[in-house]
Amino acid sequence: MSQIIQLLPQVLVDGLTLGFVYAVVAIGYTMVYGILELINFAHGDIFMTGSFVGAGVLFTVMSMGFMSSAPTMVLFMIMILVAALITGVMGVGIERVAYRPLRKRNAPKLIALITSIGISFILEDAVRFIADWTTGNYIITTRPLFQHKFTIDFHSVFPFFNNATFQGSFLVVSIVTIIMLISLDLFVSKTKWGIAMRAVAQDRETASLMSINVNRVISVTFFIGSALGGATGVLFLIQYGTVDPYIGFILGIKAFTAAVLGGIGNIRGAMFGGILLGLLEMFAAANLSTITHGAMGSEYKDVFAFIILILVLIFKPEGLFGKATIEKV
Amino acid sequence: MRLKRMIPLLAILALAVGLIAGCGKSGGSAGGLKVIKIATQSPLSGGSATLGEAIKNGAQLALDDQQKAFNKKGYKLVLSPYDDMGDPKKGVSNAQAISADNAVLAVVGHLNSGVAIPSSQVYQKNNLSMVSPAATATAVTDRELSTVNRVCARDDFQGPAGANYAIKTLGVKKIFIIQDKTPYGSGLAAAFRDEAKKLGATILGYEGITVGEKDFSGVVSKAAAAKPDLIYFGGVYAEGALIVKQARAQGLTIPVMGGDGMDSSTSVQIAGSGIKGVYYSTVVGDVTKTEKGRKFAAAYKAKFKKNVEGYSAYGYDSAAVLLEGISKAIDKNGGKLPTRQAVATAVRGIQDYDGIATKVAFDGKGDNKFAKIYIYKFDKAVYPATEQTEITKK
Amino acid sequence: MIKNAFHKFADSTKAQIIFFAAYVLITAFGLFLLSDSVIAFLVLLLSILILYYLKLNVRIKWALGLLIIAVLVPFAASQGSSYQSFMDVGTLVLIYVAMALGLNIVVGFAGLLDLGFIAFFAVGAYTYGIFGSTQANKFMPFGHFPVPGDAFWLFIPIGAIIAAVFGILLGIPVLRVRGDYLAIVTLGFGEIIRIVFNNMDHPINITNGSMGIPSIEPPSFFGIPIGQPSQFYYIALVIFMLAIYVATRLEHSKLGRAWKAVRDNEIAAQASGIPLVKTKLAAFAIGASFSGMMGSVFAAKQMYIDASSFTYLESTIVLVMVILGGMGSIPGVILGAAVVIILNNQVLTSLSTWLTQLSASGVVSVPDALSPAKMQRFIFGILLVVFALYRTKGLIPYKNKKVDAAHLKAEAAVKTSQYEEHPEAEGTH
Repeated sequence: MSQIIQLLPQVLVDGLTLGFVYAVVAIGYTMVYGILELINFAHGDIFMTGSFVGAGVLFTVMSMGFMSSAPTMVLFMIMILVAALITGVMGVGIERVAYRPLRKRNAPKLIALITSIGISFILEDAVRFIADWTTGNYIITTRPLFQHKFTIDFHSVFPFFNNATFQGSFLVVSIVTIIMLISLDLFVSKTKWGIAMRAVAQDRETASLMSINVNRVISVTFFIGSALGGATGVLFLIQYGTVDPYIGFILGIKAFTAAVLGGIGNIRGAMFGGILLGLLEMFAAANLSTITHGAMGSEYKDVFAFIILILVLIFKPEGLFGKATIEKV
Repeated sequence: MRLKRMIPLLAILALAVGLIAGCGKSGGSAGGLKVIKIATQSPLSGGSATLGEAIKNGAQLALDDQQKAFNKKGYKLVLSPYDDMGDPKKGVSNAQAISADNAVLAVVGHLNSGVAIPSSQVYQKNNLSMVSPAATATAVTDRELSTVNRVCARDDFQGPAGANYAIKTLGVKKIFIIQDKTPYGSGLAAAFRDEAKKLGATILGYEGITVGEKDFSGVVSKAAAAKPDLIYFGGVYAEGALIVKQARAQGLTIPVMGGDGMDSSTSVQIAGSGIKGVYYSTVVGDVTKTEKGRKFAAAYKAKFKKNVEGYSAYGYDSAAVLLEGISKAIDKNGGKLPTRQAVATAVRGIQDYDGIATKVAFDGKGDNKFAKIYIYKFDKAVYPATEQTEITKK
Repeated sequence: MIKNAFHKFADSTKAQIIFFAAYVLITAFGLFLLSDSVIAFLVLLLSILILYYLKLNVRIKWALGLLIIAVLVPFAASQGSSYQSFMDVGTLVLIYVAMALGLNIVVGFAGLLDLGFIAFFAVGAYTYGIFGSTQANKFMPFGHFPVPGDAFWLFIPIGAIIAAVFGILLGIPVLRVRGDYLAIVTLGFGEIIRIVFNNMDHPINITNGSMGIPSIEPPSFFGIPIGQPSQFYYIALVIFMLAIYVATRLEHSKLGRAWKAVRDNEIAAQASGIPLVKTKLAAFAIGASFSGMMGSVFAAKQMYIDASSFTYLESTIVLVMVILGGMGSIPGVILGAAVVIILNNQVLTSLSTWLTQLSASGVVSVPDALSPAKMQRFIFGILLVVFALYRTKGLIPYKNKKVDAAHLKAEAAVKTSQYEEHPEAEGTH
């Protein structure tokens, strides 16, 4: 028991980092789902593309002599903005090519699952080809940007805790994520576009009668969701330093799980679900073998997370934040 | 009406069919030379494609080097690369397709033991000789199939060799083991653990991670809290180097040790300066030490515009061993094309091949008698690392 | 003009039979001669699809279809060295078709989105894997393993039953959640099964963990060992026929109609007296049992299994087969599974081999990063998108049984008139 408590501060810090990443990616899933009732499997790969665009920007800027001495913060801002813009446009493009035609033809909802899986394969390999072609290796590692190490001295205040260490990148990731989350929340609840978005999510047909251009709203949703995903890709790159074309797959599943945990279609739910899932996973990875006396190690961390998810859904079938829908006959 | 709706489908089918039109035929002759094909099977897409491609490229280079010698005998060598995607099902289906191609006389193959084991059942049925550059699990050769060989070391040789070095030379007492839950990583880590226990070290933890993830801080903080003298990692560099990096970020400066999966330039790229103090065991001697090795590295760089990896040398040697077997079989057959059976026997009989990475002599099971283990250590953040010692099989 | 001729042709049964017979004979002969040609093989297989579209008696179609896949295809292919390779693809197709038919019951008929379906396949595979190798000795206190190859046949129903039990286990939490929440629960279930199988080498070694189970005993048939794909093809074919039979029988049965009612409107179905719990659990159990049976066959065919064959990606691929083929449509699902497997394991592989040979001989030059050997997944992705855009309802969409309105009206009129004439007769029916 004491071992678990000792580790708590470090687990908290690491879990939050991972949780923030999950949270923003989960928002992309939840926004698209809310509006189209479509599981956009390609979203994880948009996130991945964002991280590669970020790396590409970093490499290009570094190779331009006059820019290489630019302050890290400026560099970072350029990376994140370019990545967000490119992935945002890409998201809109994917929607146009792969989802809109299906909607027009009144195709069954699930068929979009196939196009999204197809797009996901295409993105993974396209990014791999480009990275392989330009750098000779598709596992891309960038130089660390925010390397300063911090130690929070929990131990001297609470002797039963160990200290927690983290890097500057953790602060950057947290601050940027929180800014993104708050501004998105404001955007959705306060602006005209946000209101239109919620209207379309609630009832597409009625919304179109209220002179809302549904297709444009959907495009905007895809733009924002994908741009957030791409920006998170850059954050991921900053935090872990290494990306490969296949990171989107596992992360996509996790983020989708987080979105469901929070109540799919609900933006605040996705944020909360993401952070919760990150914490759960980190806690399980660090402590499972202590708890079970070695019978189950950290390899069971996903089992632990999924069991919690299933339990939550059994007792609250619409997720933690979802509203129970009353089915009308 | 129905047929009209089928038109797009039919069009696609027709296109696909039209495209393959050319590949129905195999064998035959090119410019009066008989074609001999060597197939490679390794993951060319998916998470471990770097390693799979290194194997394919290494084999390609071996074929290029031997091309002239074979031309003189009246044969032309062609490499036929297959992508097994790291998927056992795909590996078996490819193995069937390879076996069906009569021009293929041997296979360089399989990175993953999990794919090598079921696929080799197919090669065995077709008498097709296979040399694996990388499948280290004991079950690969313990089934005693006459066609299955490997140039790399077995897990139960490499793991204990690492444990011996760590405990006897580095003098560590408390060890924390992390493994990646693949046949390769678990096999290696288990062999290391058993030997380390025998030698009297304490195992503080034995944890698994998920391949493909990037955040291992949970396991790393557990390791840090246990205060070990050494972390051993059974797995491949993509995860291993990140574990090193994240351990350093948490202030762990203790040595980390891994197997030949850590033997890649990408390790250094990922972990950066944190790679200092990392040890790894491998069967590949320092390629840049020998004249032959330097030549190989230069040729590799010139042809593929990539730096040579540990597995490229294995790939080269696997293909070269097979070619030597084929060439012997041809001579024995009076210059005529030998049967697959004859090639398999000749390959198993090889006792004195001296390659880029390793000397090769197969024992009765197909394991390499010469497989030596070298222990390397990163003193600086440069690949390749410095050789510490070499361990020969008892 | 041509259109007219075409219509005439389409309406004349005789012309169709002649055309079809000619097609089959020519292609079979083609495969017989060009024995290693992938195209000849595919063109012959295409005859099944053509057969489906012919206007013939259903029974004759079945008999012809069976004749083609059970006798003609293996015979025509047997001449070349690619025989085993073709039969291996054939076996895989049959395995996946049976699985897709199982998933079709869950997703297509009952409308329960399942993202973890491969778990049942894994359960079946491990069932035979553990007892068909020395693995079972490691934890079983009694008995001697591996079981003899003759016992394999027992493991087909055992695999089905154990998978069905797992299906019911999965079903229990599922009864409370709906729609896409269900999807994530099933995804979680699939992952849990995979991770647990991948780790059960301690504290008790049941599955040998990530090292997998090697040297699984090949089945034997009255003492004849079965090892070649051409033999497994027939085992898979029998189970496949069984799966089709069960699926088609169920589709129009009471249970089948109950599934569709639940799919279309759960509340209305409940209100009309359909027991929700039983109906949904039956879908999971029956669907799972198909995969369980094929799992045993898969383990025996591969002779080695580890958890890497049962990832989440595999579950989505099976789902892709069902949706691509046309949800709820049995012929569609069969075609969908066949297309996906043949594309991935045969067409794209030979395509990339061919392109590689081309670039090796210098006809076209491609940079190494774009080498066609690495492009399989990429091309598959493009094909998926194209298929989905052009066939939005699936390759062969589901059709409700056609009801002839005029006929029904006439019938009703007769009944009414009868009733008017003899109102008392109604009660005696």
